[in-house]
This record gives sequence, structure tokens and C-alpha cells, in this order.
Amino acid sequence: MPILSVSGLKKVYDDIIAVDGISFDVASHEIVGLLGPNGAGKTTTIDMILGVLKPDAGTISIDGLDIFSHRSEAISRTNFSAVYTPLPGNLTVAQNLRIFGRLYSVSNLSERIEDLLVRFDLVKFRDKKCGVLSSGEQTRVSLAKSMLNSPNLLLLDEPTASLDPATARDVRLKIREFAEECKGGVLWTSHNMYEVEDVCNRVLFLSHGKILLEGNPKTLPAEYGKKTLEELFIAVAREPLSLEEN
Amino acid sequence: MSLNRILTIVLRQLYLIRGSFSRVFPLFAWIGVDMILWGFLTRYLNSVASSGFNFVPALLGAVLLWDFFARIMQGVTIAFFEDVWSRNFLNIFATPLLISEYVSGLVLTSVLTSLLGLLIMLVLATTLFNLSFFAYGFMIFPFLLVLFLFGISLGIFGSALVLRLGPASEWFIWPIPAIISPFVGVLYPISTLPDWMQAVSRILPPTYVFEGLRAIITGKSVPLISLALAAALSFIYIFLAYLLFVRIYHSALKSGLIARYSAESVS
Repeated sequence: MPILSVSGLKKVYDDIIAVDGISFDVASHEIVGLLGPNGAGKTTTIDMILGVLKPDAGTISIDGLDIFSHRSEAISRTNFSAVYTPLPGNLTVAQNLRIFGRLYSVSNLSERIEDLLVRFDLVKFRDKKCGVLSSGEQTRVSLAKSMLNSPNLLLLDEPTASLDPATARDVRLKIREFAEECKGGVLWTSHNMYEVEDVCNRVLFLSHGKILLEGNPKTLPAEYGKKTLEELFIAVAREPLSLEEN
Repeated sequence: MSLNRILTIVLRQLYLIRGSFSRVFPLFAWIGVDMILWGFLTRYLNSVASSGFNFVPALLGAVLLWDFFARIMQGVTIAFFEDVWSRNFLNIFATPLLISEYVSGLVLTSVLTSLLGLLIMLVLATTLFNLSFFAYGFMIFPFLLVLFLFGISLGIFGSALVLRLGPASEWFIWPIPAIISPFVGVLYPISTLPDWMQAVSRILPPTYVFEGLRAIITGKSVPLISLALAAALSFIYIFLAYLLFVRIYHSALKSGLIARYSAESVS
């Protein structure tokens, strides 16, 4: 059974179709890249999987639990980090981790927080308010929060966008470790094609709310006559129709 | 419903209060200002009135009860505004937290902060102006209960309004107690009001509290049926306010408002 199963997912805002009937799965230990130009429907898709946006059609299940009919149970098996959603700046790092750990009913919470503070190099920021941290440090706090409950499904929306290359590499390593060691699967959006190629087992290219291409990021460019994933990305963004014809 | 998640909402507010003088200060500052202003006014009125009428329980007591009501309401809305101000909706509503748990957490937060305010009120009123809430006998308990329940209902209603209209609309919420106060007769009997205002008064539960308070001071009995009606009205308003909040939350889930809550996205 897949960790995440999305079927016929659709979201329409007024006249604009943001997500147009997409279906995909994420398996255990799998890192799936959700790629596409701005406005392709990536964040809308993630918001629907998080249960904070109601789809107009389609179903989403996490570990076989429908997220709307079994909200709490399904959502407790997931977690997320998004570059545009920092944790409250008026609480300290430790307080934020405690609050969110309690909301996810994490057992042995104090030990778990200590472990994550060490793992994400946040020990020295433990009692600092999140609002005074640099954007890179805030991202690390958000990533630590996303792993509090050892989720079966980890949703990451541009998690390395504000990190320096060295820290971004460390973060990629930690997420790969997470996918290998835990049961969890990862759905990842990024505009850094080098990173996607390095980390993801599979990618889905979204364009105008539809999944245009799907495959292994290492072999997909050649299948469409492109040298790199970045070239393929640009083609998806500029000439999606030419790829649909292939 | 998870008690642990409800208490987490309370814990979050306690963390914020503990670490911030600007959050502690309002818990007693306005109460103190009202105490001093109305305390000295009633002392002056007592000295010039020839009737021997004691203005302390009639005016200062009424003002303190009204402050208690306002604190209850603001206790709910401020806990909600903390999520608005820190743009925390996406984080918090993407957790297993249920909307019923969230609203319960806001209410419980308000209970704790308001009890602290009530305690401060009682200490100041007793020590500075010799006012004891027990001057109203055991009726003080139903009075406080009705004001508490109605404060909760308005707090939930105000939060629902801000969720729907956006952060800038918080300025609609702050004046609500001031707008209601002329109708409920905090300082005067509602018979003073024109008929249309009296009609509004009758559907506002605090009216029955302040009419009852004045009845006790003038040696009359308080019709218990009127306080029962006030409590029943308050429960109905809580139920309706909660329904409104849930409806707006579900509408926000559909429109994408929860995911992108900001002044720009909703105004």
C-alpha cells in the first residue's frame, strides 16, 4: 500500500483550474519531486494533502486513511516544512518544538526535541525566539518540527530555498537518511534541478495543473531529447504542448 | 477531542504571556485604570449625594463586572489573534488539531487569563474602595456566569469575523463591548432607554445581570427566571457563534484562505 495515494485531485479558483484531476502515489522510502513552473499547482497540491485546502474533486489518503473523513488520524502521520511558512517568531525554538510536538502527540517529547536540536545544529538557539533567527536557521527549525513525529509522509515545499550550499547539502543528506531509515515517503518541491536529480527517486512535472511528465530524474531528460533536468524544466515551463505531443 | 491538544493551545498562550511584559500588562492595566477612575468618582458621588445612596456597589461594582465581561471576550480573541499576528494558521491547521479543540483551547485560555484579571480586580476593589463582590450575596455567581458565557460567545463570534474578513478587521472587534454597553444598562436602568433600545436590551444577556445588580442594591429581589433566561440566551449565542466559526473555517478551507491568510489575500 502506498504511503500517499492521490486520485483525480482537482481544484478550481473562480475560472482558473489550479489542479486538474491529477493522480499519483508516493511509496515508503521513496522521495518524489513535484516540479513545475510558478503557478503550475505544486503548492495547491501540497495544501490539499495537508488538509488545509479542500479539493473540488478527488481523494487523498495517507496510509489508507482518507484525510477528510479521518482527518486527525491521517494528518498525524504526516508533517511538512515550507519556506513560506516559518514557525511563530514570538516563541523560542524549544517552545515551538514542544507546542507542535504536543499537537502531534509525540511520545517522549523532551528526548525527541533534544535529538532534533542536535541533529539540526540548533542547540545554541534553543532559547532564542524564532523571529530573531536568520532565514536559514528558521528553515532548520521548521525542518526539525517536520520530523518531530517521524511522519510516514513528509511534505517539503522548497525546503532548501533559503539555505547556503553547505547547509542545503546537509539537509538533503538528512532527508535522504529519513527516507532510507524510516518508513516514510517524501514529496518534495524544488526549483533547484541539481538537488532534485541528486535526491529524488522519481519526479512529476506539473504544468497548468496537470502531470505532464513522470519518471526517473536521471533518465527523464534524455527520454525527451534534453541534456539536463533543468533544460527539461525550461521546456515544460515554456513549451508544454511540445512535450505533450511526445 | 483530545484534552492534550486543547491544553497545548493554553500552553502556547502561557509561553507568550510569560515571555512578554506587553502581554502581561493589559491583564491588569485597564482594570486598574477603571478602578481608579470609577472608584474616586463613586467616592465623590457618595460625598455630595444627600440621599445616602451608596454608589460604590452600584457604579464601581457594575464597571468591574463589565470589565470582567470584556476581559473574557478579549481573552478568546487575543489568543486567536496571536495566530493571526504570527501568520500561524497553515502551521497550526495542518496538524491533527480539530477545530473544536482549537476553539476549546481559546476558551480555556480566556478562562485562565480572566480569572487572573478578576482576582486583581477583587484585590484592588476591596483594598482601595472597600467594595466586596459579596455585597451582592450569592447572586454574584450567576452574574459572573452569565457574563462569562456571553463573553465567550462574543469572543468566538469576533474570531470568526476576523477569520472571514482578514487581519485588518480586528479593529471591528475591539469596540464591541463599548458598542454593547449602552444597551445593557451597565450604569443606568434600561427603563431610561427609548423603546427600540430596550427591545435590543432584552436579547442581550448582560442586561439581566445589571438590572439584577441594581435590584439587589435597592433591596429588591432578583427574579431568578430572568437570570435563567440570560444564561439560556448566552448558551444559544455560544452555540450560534461556534457554528459560525466552523462554517467560516470550512468556507476558508474551500477558498484557500487558511493556506494563505494575510491582509492582502482577504480584504
